[in-house]
Amino acid sequence: MIKLDPKVPDGPLAEKWNKYKSSQDLVNPANKRKLDIIIVGTGLAGASAAASLGEMGFKVKVFGIHESPRRAHSIAAQGGINAAKNYPNDGDSIYRLFYDTVKGGDYRSREANVYRLAEVSNNIIDQCVAQGVPFAREYGGMLANRSFGGALVSRTFYARGQTGQQLLLGAYSAFMKEINRGNVTFYPKREMLDLVMIDGKARGIITRELNTGKIERHSAHAVVIATGGYGNVFFLSTNAMNSNGSAVWQCYKRGAAFANPCFTQIHPTCIPVHGEYQSKLTLMSESLRNDGRIWVPKKKEDAQRIQKGELKPTEIPEEDRDYYLERRYPAFGNLVPRDVASRAAKERCDAGYGVGNTGLAVYLDFADAIKRLGKSVIEARYGNLFQMYEKIVDDNPYETPMMIYPAVHYTMGGTWVDYELQTTIPGLFATGEANFSDHGANRLGASALMQGLSDGYFVLPYTLQNYLADQINVPRFSTDLPEFDTVEKDVKSRIDKIMNVKGDKTVDTFHRRLGHVMWDYVGMGRNEEGIRKALSEIKEIKEDFWKNVRIPGHPEDVNLELEKALRVADYLELGELMALDALDRKESCGGHFREEYQTPEGEALRNDKDYTFVSVWEYKGDGEAPALHKEPLNFEFIEVKQRSYK
Amino acid sequence: MNFTLKIWRQENPNAKGGFETYQLSDISADASFLEMLDILNEQLVMEGKVPVAFDHDCREGICGTCSLYINGRPHGPDSGITVCQMHMRNFKDGSTITIEPWRARAFPVIKDLMVDRQAFEKIIMAGGYISVNTGNAIDANSIPIPKQAAETAMDAAACIGCGACVAACKNASAMLFVSAKVSQFAVLPQGKIEAKRRVKNMVSRMDELGFGNCTNTYACEAECPKNISVSHIARMNREFFISKVTSPKKEV
Repeated sequence: MIKLDPKVPDGPLAEKWNKYKSSQDLVNPANKRKLDIIIVGTGLAGASAAASLGEMGFKVKVFGIHESPRRAHSIAAQGGINAAKNYPNDGDSIYRLFYDTVKGGDYRSREANVYRLAEVSNNIIDQCVAQGVPFAREYGGMLANRSFGGALVSRTFYARGQTGQQLLLGAYSAFMKEINRGNVTFYPKREMLDLVMIDGKARGIITRELNTGKIERHSAHAVVIATGGYGNVFFLSTNAMNSNGSAVWQCYKRGAAFANPCFTQIHPTCIPVHGEYQSKLTLMSESLRNDGRIWVPKKKEDAQRIQKGELKPTEIPEEDRDYYLERRYPAFGNLVPRDVASRAAKERCDAGYGVGNTGLAVYLDFADAIKRLGKSVIEARYGNLFQMYEKIVDDNPYETPMMIYPAVHYTMGGTWVDYELQTTIPGLFATGEANFSDHGANRLGASALMQGLSDGYFVLPYTLQNYLADQINVPRFSTDLPEFDTVEKDVKSRIDKIMNVKGDKTVDTFHRRLGHVMWDYVGMGRNEEGIRKALSEIKEIKEDFWKNVRIPGHPEDVNLELEKALRVADYLELGELMALDALDRKESCGGHFREEYQTPEGEALRNDKDYTFVSVWEYKGDGEAPALHKEPLNFEFIEVKQRSYK
Repeated sequence: MNFTLKIWRQENPNAKGGFETYQLSDISADASFLEMLDILNEQLVMEGKVPVAFDHDCREGICGTCSLYINGRPHGPDSGITVCQMHMRNFKDGSTITIEPWRARAFPVIKDLMVDRQAFEKIIMAGGYISVNTGNAIDANSIPIPKQAAETAMDAAACIGCGACVAACKNASAMLFVSAKVSQFAVLPQGKIEAKRRVKNMVSRMDELGFGNCTNTYACEAECPKNISVSHIARMNREFFISKVTSPKKEV
């Protein structure tokens, strides 16, 4: 039976983090050298933690699935990173960033964690500039800002449309610096396949070396999971092909409870799906909504003619266009949060006003912005995104409006952590997208980068040290211990089992099928009947998978099909938990839209009386129903209101 | 669309590789190049054969993982993009497409089309950073940076580390990659403090790792998916020269 103690320090909101830092336990420099830390994942959360903990003098072992840490998927984040600097003098503050984040998450996040995030946001920008991150600047040499969804201020810092790339390269360079100094070791091409526990504490991992298939054991005093989200459950998502949920899932099966699995972010501006062979979806940054206007035809017959290719969007006169976000949400207009924008697009398309040959797309139009600012300004702001769009769609967005549609982008849910980012397994920490902590039921744009770096640079170095302070007398662990034998045997038998199915269907066949079920029933709109259907279909796919999957080649070799199969086996279980969680939460909030619970205007209808809690799921064994625990959310500092962007 | 594919197959780093020919039919012009390879691999698995190993990840041109040498050009016939951003509409229906891995002494083949590019990491490790620890930073706006300098730094920092420059170069030189990092920091005030050490250490590591030298053919710039300019090589050479003639004999 797990114990949920969020360990939030007492006292006023603005003093909690300082209070924690001034009263936590520290480790002296001579003892730091004797303590090992394993970090799994090299994205923003992992690389920043590796660099910071290495600088402090701990011995850090970092594991990544790529040959280089710089290939982690944080690299693909486009639009920007939020901070409460208030450089534009438009009324921003730490409190306002905190408030917007809690409201944006539809009041389903933990106040103290979010406040801390807002508090350290400014240090992140300082740190990145010191590292040489080339953020956009004004002519006077000061940093430039732009707006993102869900905010009335401009607090987003950016480096063209490649902010994630630049921030990751910053964290990566600091990480490489520490490798050079000798405190950090990088293990490339390693996929974590299981967690090793000794006396109830996380003490090591089992990995597979992807170039040789070799199964390896690694030990440490503490383990950090920074492996990102599980959006690839849906098969099609904006996640990279190798992004996966297996590390998080294996930890769940060893006892790390999983929080809010059904909270998935569907991003409103992605390039629409074009064919069954498609392997992934491409995001068009939310920053485009600063200047682009979203619309569909006002008349259904125009939409139908566009779908048949008989009419072009540029031929539709202004008065026949429905700028539905500006119409429904005059205060925030095209910059409503992602969940609201996605749902509104789905509503129009379901009603028959969608465009493109499938009818599952809306326009994002820059004609007004080009008229107002000139093509060169738009090109300077979004040039790389426009080029990306043109290469994929073969259409020039400077001349005809872009076509976009929502797609799976981010998972707010993840491993449950307390204020210290520690999971329900002592010594196991989770950071970045891998944990559930800061975004509630919906994440605001430009906040993922903020959270990843906040966790890695400014939170974990303190909280992990606090944990390690009472481990200074614990000697390094040998990987010959029986605990390692047992877990390694489990991993090997899992691999043998999957290799020995020797069926007649490819891994992708199953993944695609699972994706369809998840998208149709546990996607943008969910209802009880659909979710029940999903549960029974996932079960069928799972049975079929274990009877009929085919993996050629050998496990002791580069084996890309085996890598995929191990991940899909976990997705099949994870998808089931997502559906269970969606079924249990009988309210609509943020990205979780239960069709049974909506206002007469079609907005999400929360049920604060019964659902102001974090759903925390505990694994109970193979084939057993997981147990649901509830972490109540107490809003001491914010008044909980109906979320409105009108 | 229909294609004949001639693909380099090599079982492991020490095996002797060779081309194999495959036929593919009914490929959509809107499929990406890597999706076309996915379809081929699905077919191979169904035939009980081992699929073609190739590197890829983000499939939107930013992670720098994909690395195919197509019809004699890194990242294929289109310019300014990576393989994963290229679509089959760029090829003639019925044509033969030759696909090889990057070929350079410093990038050994792992399997089929996958190569090991860790040599790049070793160069960055030698000095591709500003030595500042977490928590030391001053307010970001207390370092004003001219817009032009920030833009130049960003042009250089846009490098995705894919290695197309090395693959394109007849000398397998890594000068464009190294110079992009040197240049990014050389134009920023934060980076100037250790500029001399940085360029010296990075260049000497690059030489140790078996990359060739630059003979000004500019193939790297032509094939770079991010259009990184060779002017960064000129800046690096200048920085290197200054460093050589002005550094103290004994480093502290």
